[in-house]
Amino acid sequence: MGSLLSVLEVKRYYEVRRSVFSVEKEMIKAVDGVSFELEAGRTLGVVGESGSGKSTLARCLMLLERPDSGRITFDGVDLLAAGPAQIRKIRRKLQIIFQDPYSSLNPRMTVRDIIAEPLKFHRMVDGPGGVDSRVVEILKSVGITDDFLKKYPHEMSGGQRQRVAIGRALATEPALVVADEPVSSLDVSIQAQIINLFIDIREKLNIAMIFISHDLNIVRFISDNILVLYKGKVVEMGGRDQVFLNPLHPYTKMLIAAAGGEFSLKPEPTNGSGPGQCPYYDKCKDRTAICSSQAPELKGGNEHRVACHSPSASCRV
Amino acid sequence: MAKNNDNVLLDVIDLNTRFFTGDEVIPAVNDVSFTINKGEIFGLVGESGSGKTVTAHSIMGLVHPPGRVVSGKVVFEGTDLLGLSQKQMEGVRGNRIGMVFQEPMTALNPVLRIGEQISEVIEIHRGCSENNVKERTLELLRQVGFDEPRKRYIQYPHQLSGGQRQRVLMAIAIACNPSLIIADEPTTALDVATESQILGLIEGLIDRLGVSMLFITHDLTIIRSMGQRLGLMYAGRMVERNRVDEFFKRPLHPYGQGLLESIYGFSGSGRLKAIPGSVPNLAELPSGCKFHPRCPCVMDICRGDEPVIKEVGKDQWVRCYLY
Repeated sequence: MGSLLSVLEVKRYYEVRRSVFSVEKEMIKAVDGVSFELEAGRTLGVVGESGSGKSTLARCLMLLERPDSGRITFDGVDLLAAGPAQIRKIRRKLQIIFQDPYSSLNPRMTVRDIIAEPLKFHRMVDGPGGVDSRVVEILKSVGITDDFLKKYPHEMSGGQRQRVAIGRALATEPALVVADEPVSSLDVSIQAQIINLFIDIREKLNIAMIFISHDLNIVRFISDNILVLYKGKVVEMGGRDQVFLNPLHPYTKMLIAAAGGEFSLKPEPTNGSGPGQCPYYDKCKDRTAICSSQAPELKGGNEHRVACHSPSASCRV
Repeated sequence: MAKNNDNVLLDVIDLNTRFFTGDEVIPAVNDVSFTINKGEIFGLVGESGSGKTVTAHSIMGLVHPPGRVVSGKVVFEGTDLLGLSQKQMEGVRGNRIGMVFQEPMTALNPVLRIGEQISEVIEIHRGCSENNVKERTLELLRQVGFDEPRKRYIQYPHQLSGGQRQRVLMAIAIACNPSLIIADEPTTALDVATESQILGLIEGLIDRLGVSMLFITHDLTIIRSMGQRLGLMYAGRMVERNRVDEFFKRPLHPYGQGLLESIYGFSGSGRLKAIPGSVPNLAELPSGCKFHPRCPCVMDICRGDEPVIKEVGKDQWVRCYLY
C-alpha cells in the first residue's frame, strides 16, 4: 500500500545475432527480473555501469519499450494491461528527462512551443492566453527568463537546454519524473546548478523521481534510496546511507572505491558468465565455490537487500 | 621558473594558439606556460572548451588550419619543438612522445590486426628486424596486462572491449620507450569499473618505465589520486598551477574553489554550491579576468586589465587580483 510505482519482476530481452553473418541467435538480458517500489515524493537513485540496463529499465517504465514480462503498477493502474486511452491519461503523470539536451529538444521549435506542446496535448490550460502565461510560469520555475521564449535550442547553452527539457517534463504536473543521466553531458560547474534545480523542484512540487546515473557522488547527494544494477539484475538495494556506508555487494564496493579515486589493478577478465552462476562471478574478488554453480537471490529486509552468497565475508572494504 | 633545472623534461612557455575562422579570430590558447618534470604526472584540467586539447595538440604540432600556433616555445629535451620541420616532428611524435586519445574505438585502424598496429610504430621509428619486432610487440602486450599476447596479436580491434582497446593504445604509446606520454581524456569513454583498471595500469607503467605524463581530463577526482601537480584552465587561459595536495586542500583561484565546492561541497541547505552563469564563448569573452562575471570575489579591478599569472608559493601560481 501507499506506493506510487510498483515494479515486479520486469524483464526485457533482446535477440541479437552473434555476428553479421551468423544465423545463431543470442539473448541479451538487458533487464532481467527487476522489482522495486517507489513512494510518492521519494527519489530512487539507479546506478550501474554502461550496459547494466539502466536506460532500458527507464524506457520500460515509460512504456517507450514493452517489457517481455513482469508487472508495472503506477498510481493503481496496471500499465501493461491498460488500453491506449488510459495510457494517454497516465502519460501526463509520468515524464522523462533524457541525457542529451542537444538531441532531446526539437531543433525547429521555439522554447515557447516546446513547453506549450504538452500543455495543449493534455488540455491543461484554456485558450492561447492561458498557454502563454503558464509557459512563462514554468520557465521561471526552472530559471529561464522570458527573453528565451522565441529562441531555438541551438541558441542556448547545454545547461539552459537541460532546464528547458526539465520545464517540458514538469509542464504536465507529473507525479513521477524519470531522469536518465540528466547531467552527464554538462560541464562540472553547470551540473551543480541542475542538481540544485532538481532538489528545489522535488521540495516544491513533491514529485517522485527516479534518478539514473553512473556518477555515484551525484546519486548519493540526491537520492533517498539506491538500487544497484549489474547485467540487468539488481545486486543491491536499500536506503542511501545503508548502501553507501555499509555496502554489502562486492560490485557496489568496487563502484564506491572507484568514485573515491581508488584504482584496481586487476586484469580484465574474459567475457561472459555461464548460465547457473553469479553474474558478477568473473570480476569478483570474494568468489567461492558456490558462486560458480548458483546465482544468488536478492535477500534481506526492506531496508537493505543484496544478491550475494557471502556478503558478510566481503563486509570490510 | 626552474628553467635551468636538469629535472625538467617539457617546458611550455607563453604558448598562444588561434583559430582564424572567416573574420573572427578565436583565441583558443593564451599565454599558457607550464613545466613537466621527469617521471611526473602533470594534470591539465578544465571544462569543455577551456583549451586543454588544443594545448596538447599545439605541443605535438597537430594544430591544423585554420588554427595556428602564433607564438611561444615548447622546449622538450632541450629542443624547441615549434622550430622543427614537419619531417623532424614526425621523428618525435610516437617516438619520444607517445600519445593516448579519448576514443579507443576510432584511434585504431579497424582493418589491421592489433599486432600489426603496434609493430608498425616500432618499424617506423626503430626499423628492427622482423623477428625482434614481433618479440617486442608480444612483450608490450604483456606489459599492458594481456594474459595471452599471441591470441591478441592476431585479433582485430572490433574483437576487443573498450578497455582492451585502450590497453592496446597504451602499448602503442610506450612502444618506442618515450620519455613523455600525452593522454587526452584516456578513460572518459569507459565505464567506472574499466576506468579504474586503466588508471591503475597507467600508474603502474609510469612508475615502472619512469616516463612523464601530461594527463588531460575534466575529472578532478582522477587527478586527485594520481597527479603530482596540475594546471587549471578556463577560457583558454591557465588560471592556476598548483601542487595536487595543495589544490585539494586550498585551491587558489576562485574558479578552482567553485569547482571543488560544486563537486564535494555541501552548503547548509542540502544544496550543492554551484558556480552561477556558464562558460563563456571564446569568440565573445568578457573584459579583464575572464572569470569575473561568475566570480563571488569580483572587484572593480577585475573588469579592467586581465591579471597576469604570478607565483604565490613553491610551485603555486595563480592568475587573480586577490593575490
